[in-house]
Amino acid sequence: MKDTVRFEPKIIGFLCHWCSYAGADKAGGIQGSYPHNVKIIRLMCSGRVDPLFVLSAFEKGADGVIILACHHGDCHYKEGNCRALQRHSMLSLMLAQLGIEKERCRLDYVSAGEGEKFKRLISEMVESVSILGALQLNL
Amino acid sequence: MKQKPKLAVYWAASCGGCEIAVVNLHEKLLDVDAAMDFMFCPCLMDTKKKDIESLPDRAIAITLFNGALRTEENIEMAHLMRKKSQLLVAFGSCAKGGCIPALANFTKNNELLHSIYIDNHSVDNPAGIIPSGTTAFPEGDMQLTPLLERVKHLAQEVEVDYYIPGCPPEPHQIWNVIETFLAGELPSKGSTIGCGTLTVCDDCDRTKEEKRITAFRRNYEFYPEPEVCLLEQGLLCMGIATRNGCGAPCTKANMPCTGCYGAPEGVGDQGAKMVAALGSVMDIGDTAGLSEEVISERVNAFLTTIPDYSGLFYKYTLASSILGGRVGR
Repeated sequence: MKDTVRFEPKIIGFLCHWCSYAGADKAGGIQGSYPHNVKIIRLMCSGRVDPLFVLSAFEKGADGVIILACHHGDCHYKEGNCRALQRHSMLSLMLAQLGIEKERCRLDYVSAGEGEKFKRLISEMVESVSILGALQLNL
Repeated sequence: MKQKPKLAVYWAASCGGCEIAVVNLHEKLLDVDAAMDFMFCPCLMDTKKKDIESLPDRAIAITLFNGALRTEENIEMAHLMRKKSQLLVAFGSCAKGGCIPALANFTKNNELLHSIYIDNHSVDNPAGIIPSGTTAFPEGDMQLTPLLERVKHLAQEVEVDYYIPGCPPEPHQIWNVIETFLAGELPSKGSTIGCGTLTVCDDCDRTKEEKRITAFRRNYEFYPEPEVCLLEQGLLCMGIATRNGCGAPCTKANMPCTGCYGAPEGVGDQGAKMVAALGSVMDIGDTAGLSEEVISERVNAFLTTIPDYSGLFYKYTLASSILGGRVGR
């Protein structure tokens, strides 16, 4: 039998401590399973996600980056998630010019109770990046 | 008589502005001439490549190398100047970060040549000729140096001892560097010199208050207030993500900083830092009770004013940015 090696994308997840990380914890708590491709980095707030982190992740071999924030109105620091959205929206326009597909850098919202949503988002992310294939930089 | 240390200024893919900056030393040029043997500068004097080749290795004390590396000839000259110089300085934003020539890294070479020679309103080229390769002339064959696939900055090809930023570097800073060199007080190798370590805002004397921008505006739309921070007036002034040392001449002339001194000390990617900074000063109004889709649409509507964020934020540093240009070209 001939082995076919499936492409396993490397995904970096930047999760806010107060909502999304708790949401990921919830996914574990309910014994849910989701693709193992995501490496989670916990931050105090999604507003801490500097676009530099995203570019550095790509530079160091990530095929996709997902930023998960609190829902609007729920941010522990009032508007950190709004800043994350503003940065992500501007960065997305730049990434398009730089030839990086928008599916490779996503922002979404997961509350502490949304373990199911967390599972779904990660599964979607892994699937869409798997279709795109590995990110080839010209470094 | 003790021999004066040799000074060379070479240009690769550049516009000549760095040479103008050297000439703008004005009467200080006489002091440079008194202290150094200014012996090579294709823009200003008639020394030839073969004269440089005939020098012993490391014969030139300091070479100010400006321009990005666009062609194979540029690469050849970069290696030659490295070999013949004790100190090789990436002089100006092209040699330091790629600058305007490196904006070509947003596209492929064939697309670039097509835009220049074929799909161009000011060019009449019915035969569709794109200059390349070898052409026969009665005097002999002429060969055009091939373009590199990707524009590089100097340090991507040879070892660089110092970096002097600016498009072009400010003359007073060039003089500072020459004085420091003559005094034997240059800092450790690899340093960026002839500049500060903070941001242009530090040099800019406009009044700065809390920044909440309700709309991005562009230069042609209005006359900015002369005393108030340009960013607070909605112009995308790059001062917040740009190294100081220039003395902020642009903001003094009521024009926003476009970022020519590159990222401040310790900042890796100027474009990413601009996004980080602007993302926290945009004011999209009260969003209480609005759905995620509506908020997202509001942010996107805010952003449509500016057509080219990458070109704006990486105008001087694309070659040295993290991604270096368009990926998978």
